[in-house]
Amino acid sequence: MAEVLVYVDHVDGAVRKPTLELLTLARRIGEPVAVALGPGAENTAAALAEHGAVKVLTHDAAEYADYLVVPKVDALQAAYDAVSPAAVLVPSSAEGKEIAARLAVRIGSGIITDATDLEAGDEGPVATQSAFAASFTTKSRVSKGTPVITVKPNSAAVEAAPAAGAVEALTVTFSDKATGTKVTARTPRASTGRPELTEAAIVVSGGRGVNGAENFSIIENLADSLGAAVGASRAAVDAGWYPHTNQVGQTGKSVSPQLYIASGISGAIQHRAGMQTSKTIVAINKDAEAPIFDLVDYGVVGDLFDVVPQLTEEINTRKG
Amino acid sequence: MSLRIVVTVKYVPDATGDRHFADDLTVDRDDVDGLLSELDEYAVEQALQIAGDADDAEITVLTVGPEDAKDALRKALSMGADKAIHVEDDDLHGTDAVGTSLVLAKAIEKAGFDLVISGMASTDGTAGIVPALLAERLGVPQVTLLSEVSVEDGVVKGRRDGDTASEQLEASLPAVVSVTDQSGEARYPSFKGIMAAKKKPVQSWDLEDLEIEADEVGLEGAWTKVDSATERPARTAGTIVKDEGEGGKQLAEFLAGQKFI
Repeated sequence: MAEVLVYVDHVDGAVRKPTLELLTLARRIGEPVAVALGPGAENTAAALAEHGAVKVLTHDAAEYADYLVVPKVDALQAAYDAVSPAAVLVPSSAEGKEIAARLAVRIGSGIITDATDLEAGDEGPVATQSAFAASFTTKSRVSKGTPVITVKPNSAAVEAAPAAGAVEALTVTFSDKATGTKVTARTPRASTGRPELTEAAIVVSGGRGVNGAENFSIIENLADSLGAAVGASRAAVDAGWYPHTNQVGQTGKSVSPQLYIASGISGAIQHRAGMQTSKTIVAINKDAEAPIFDLVDYGVVGDLFDVVPQLTEEINTRKG
Repeated sequence: MSLRIVVTVKYVPDATGDRHFADDLTVDRDDVDGLLSELDEYAVEQALQIAGDADDAEITVLTVGPEDAKDALRKALSMGADKAIHVEDDDLHGTDAVGTSLVLAKAIEKAGFDLVISGMASTDGTAGIVPALLAERLGVPQVTLLSEVSVEDGVVKGRRDGDTASEQLEASLPAVVSVTDQSGEARYPSFKGIMAAKKKPVQSWDLEDLEIEADEVGLEGAWTKVDSATERPARTAGTIVKDEGEGGKQLAEFLAGQKFI
C-alpha cells in the first residue's frame, strides 16, 4: 500500500488534535508515515502509533526554533526523498500552509490548501474545500506531481487504529537558506485554560454588541459553562476589546465547530466567511434584521446582557 | 542607495457581491465588481511607511490579472506608490497559486527588488501561500504574517503573532515580507493622490516579456484541477424567538435538546 507523509504538529511531544484527524484521513489514501520535528519529537510516537502511523520519522535540531519555516521545509523534503510518498498531508495552520507551499514548489507539485475532507479517487486524492465565504463547496485534486494537501482542523473525527509506529531517525541536511530568517525572541501566549479556537467543539463569540472589553466576561462565562473557546468579531477586536488571536472571520481564524454561538454579532460577510461551516449555529442579537439570523438553527432576538447570563445560569444549573 | 520595494497586489471580486464560479470553474469576474483586495491595502500602507523612513525609496506595485486589474494598481498608486507593473496575457486565465507565484517571481526579478511586500492572503482565494512561494522561488528570506514591520540598514525586522507564541523576526535584505490587517490602518487616497496617480507610469508585460511558456500557466498548465463547484444549499430556516424574559432559558432548552448540555 502507498505511503502517505503526515506532518506532525506537536508541542514538546504532545500531538495536537488536527494531526490525529489527519491520520484518519491519511488512512483513506494509504499508510501514514508521520514526520515529527523539534524538541520532544520522539515522544509523539505513542500517540501517532495509536492513531495509525506505521512509521514515525523524527529529527531535532536548534534550527527549528531559531529560524523561521525553512528548516522544517528542508526536513519534510528529506522525509519526502526517503519515503517517495503518494501524498503529503500537513495541518492547515499558518505555518503548516507555508511549509507545504514551499515543499510543493521544491518537488514540482501542486498544492491544495484548507481541505475540509479527503477521499481516495481514481486520479489521486480528492479534496473538498469551501469557497467564497463557504457559499460554495469545491472538489479538487492535484494534477501535477505528488499531491501536497493542507487540511483544516475539525475535518475528520479522530479514530484510534493501532499501528507499529516504529521510530526512525530522519537524516536532515539544512539548506543554506535555512538560517535566512532569525527568530530573535519568542513570547509564549499565556494559556487561558480554554480550548484552542480552531480545534474547539464549541465556540462562543462576541461582537460589537458586547460594547466594551469589560463586558467580555459575560461571553467568557458562557464559554466556560460549555467548555468552549471564545471568539470575537473583527469589530470587537478592532475596538481593542479582545485579542486578535481570537478573531473569527476572513482576516482571523476560520472555525468549524459542532456549535457556534454568536452574541451581539450582526453577521457581515467577512464574519460569515469564518464560521459558516459550523454544524449548529445560534445567535443572540437585539436587531431582528441582522443577517446572522439567516444562518441560524436557533436565534434569540433580545439583549445579550439579559439573554447570555440567563443562559449561562441555566446551563450551570442543569449541569448541577 | 535607493530601496526598491515591490508590492504585490490582487484584483478580487467584491466579497459583498454575488461571487460564483464560471462554467470553466474559474472565478467569474464578469458578474461581480472587482477591487483591490482589502488585505493588500495593508501591504501598500507598510510600503509607504517604510519608504517614508528610508533616505531614498521607490515603490512599484505589481499585479497579475485581466485588463480590469489596472483598477487595483490605480488605487495603490493613488495611495502613494510610485509606479506600476501589470502582467496581462490571455494565456494566464485560470492560473493557480503555484503558477501565479511563478509569474510574480519572474516579474519581480525583472523589475529588480530589495524588498517584496504582500498582504497576508487574498480575500477571494484566502490560501495565504503566495508570499512563502515567492520567497522559495526568489531564494530570499521570508518574513511573513507580520503585525509590525520596520527596515533599517538593510535589515527587516518584524513581529509575527502565532497561535502559541509571538515571535520577533529578523532577516537581511533582499527579503519577502507579508503583513496582516493588524499592521496598521491603510490610508485613504487623497484627492491630490488620485489626480497624481493618473500621471504615474503603468507598464504592461506579457508572458513573452517574462520568458514564461503558455503551458506553464493558465487553466491547462495549472498544478491543481477543480472538478466541481456546487453552491451550498441554503440553510433551512431556523427557529427564531423574541426574548420576553425567558430567552436564555428557551435557548438552554434548545441546546439541551441538541445534546450540547
